[in-house]
Amino acid sequence: MKDRIHPTRRRVLQGMAGAAALSAFPRFAHAADPIRIGLILPMTGPFASTGKQISAACRLYMQKNGDTVAGRKIELILRDDTGLAPETTKRIAQEMVVQDKVTALAGFGLTPLAFAAAPVATEAKVPMIVMGAGTQVIPQRSPFIVRTGFTLPQNTAPIAGWAFRNGIKRVFMLVTDYAPGLDSEKTFQARFKELGGEIVESVRTPLRNPDYAPFLQRAKDSKADALFVFVPSGEGLAVMKQFEERGLKQAGMRMIGPGDVVDDDILESMGAPAVGVITSFHYSAAHESPENRAYVDAMMKANNGMRPNFHSVGGYDGMHLIYEALKKTGGTGTGEQLVEAMKGMKWMSPRGPMMIDPATRDVVQTIYLREVKMVNGKPWNIEFDKVENVGPGG
Amino acid sequence: MLGSFIGVLFDGIAYGSLLFVISIGLSVTMGLMNFVNLAHGAFAMLGGYACVVLMTRAGVPFLVTLPVAFVVAAAAGIVLERTLYQRLYRAPHLDQVMFTIGIVFMAVAATTYFFGPSQQPVRLPDFLRGQVQVMGLGLGAYRIFLIAVVAVVTVALHLLLIKTRFGAQVRASVDNAVASAGLGINVNRVFGVTFALGSGLAGLGGGLGIDVLGLDPTFPLKYMVYFLLVVAIGGAGTIKGGLVAAMILGICDVAGKYYVPEVGSFIIYFLMVVLMIAFPAGLYGRRA
Repeated sequence: MKDRIHPTRRRVLQGMAGAAALSAFPRFAHAADPIRIGLILPMTGPFASTGKQISAACRLYMQKNGDTVAGRKIELILRDDTGLAPETTKRIAQEMVVQDKVTALAGFGLTPLAFAAAPVATEAKVPMIVMGAGTQVIPQRSPFIVRTGFTLPQNTAPIAGWAFRNGIKRVFMLVTDYAPGLDSEKTFQARFKELGGEIVESVRTPLRNPDYAPFLQRAKDSKADALFVFVPSGEGLAVMKQFEERGLKQAGMRMIGPGDVVDDDILESMGAPAVGVITSFHYSAAHESPENRAYVDAMMKANNGMRPNFHSVGGYDGMHLIYEALKKTGGTGTGEQLVEAMKGMKWMSPRGPMMIDPATRDVVQTIYLREVKMVNGKPWNIEFDKVENVGPGG
Repeated sequence: MLGSFIGVLFDGIAYGSLLFVISIGLSVTMGLMNFVNLAHGAFAMLGGYACVVLMTRAGVPFLVTLPVAFVVAAAAGIVLERTLYQRLYRAPHLDQVMFTIGIVFMAVAATTYFFGPSQQPVRLPDFLRGQVQVMGLGLGAYRIFLIAVVAVVTVALHLLLIKTRFGAQVRASVDNAVASAGLGINVNRVFGVTFALGSGLAGLGGGLGIDVLGLDPTFPLKYMVYFLLVVAIGGAGTIKGGLVAAMILGICDVAGKYYVPEVGSFIIYFLMVVLMIAFPAGLYGRRA
């Protein structure tokens, strides 16, 4: 037991260390070099579904639109930041800028991760496309940030109006205790109170929360008209289970909120209990348009039947934005020129019409009101109303 | 007011029961072999996934999958115990921790690879869904079932340890492994069987817990603290301690979240600090 590392293994380790040292030498960029896009996403850990959806959508976009833009090849470099460690995101962003000489950084599944990478983008003057994270202030952290996903105020404001117009006067709120949850809470409270509604109570649940049962029991006992829920994508399943088990629906309480709770990625697993949930959101896989039908079909085909969710369109449109900006600048634009080219860009996304607001570099899009309904035995978010051109502030 | 209190108590007992059935194996292995097994949650996860796979891919009813979850986790436990764990019984605790946390990461990665990162669905039979009205109180049908199952398991476990020859061997080995071996008890075999039993119970708990705790690849990490708390507060190696500790944790966790939601999730950690100061060896632990 004295010599714990076997001699052969030691040699292999030495070889690996040597290889790692070699690859650390800087590479030099030439005009004929491919354009590299650094995609940083949580591919493992609790938010891995976000990474999976976004990376699949980015690949699909490249597959559909070719991997050459303005005569230069596009190369996607995907790295995993595990979703929980902002310092890892920052380190990866630095490595991508210094070693891989990326033309753009993209991805960013959660707000703290986007915050961590922002200074790197500013310093390196590299466009940073935020595809996932939804806290409103993100683009203010760097003049190089452009967002193609959504903001929480944007997705939350329309449901406040709908609820009040439809006889909901007293609301119990349950939000996850982190930046997007607080954004959503603030927006809903302000809008709903302005209209004359009452917030019975607002409960903040921790980001890593094993059991929602006590919180939902408290909501039920409050006898409010509706339960407003914001939880990050993926947590909806646990909330919905308790919503059913506690009999909140039978007690006459509706569930409302931004659409994260009925995320398309897990909606099928929720099944019947989700029926009747009303949410406002920027994307539903059931959105009626030829673009979306083609998109959903292609995504499901390429990914083993995985239903694309709202994060995926952030990735798809993010790639579109990068492609178009490269075309506009002839494939040789600097970071500033690329960001300038992205400002004000408008296009038809699978989610519907969208544009990049030139002033905030944030997304302006249509927000839909949807209800979960069974179609052919499976639950879908069926859109029944919409609010056009909603800005990042809601 | 009283109604909501009874409701909270009931939910707390159900939650505690679940913690108990998952953690009891950890408590016994820690007391018996003085082995720090951080990978215990991985066996619970294995049981959970066994249930899900059988239900969704083979259409087996939920209740039938539970014994299978026990068997699968127990089998995995015995294989790993014979091949890997056994080698580290005399190793320092740091080695054991490094080894078992490594197993946790491998389990998380392997599960993600095969089943994807998302939460797994479970379809309970209709009679276990919704609420049952008991004296004007709505109690979750599934939670009643949970408490019943755990009550049966606890009684069976108690009888096994007190009334059987094997139980006597286990108790003797816990008290003094060297002397027991000297008396002709095959301590090695007792360790193996106990480990498998503990892993199997964790697997059963994992299956039972899908509807309450959820099931995704990070399960062993997410709940590791809860399992360790049960052992730390209850004292390693005792069933009674584990049961009492799990109930205290379950009830306080649920009550905290219901009555003071602002700090609810912090309550159990506060409780742990207080209890550990008052009972450094756990409620029923023996001083080393």
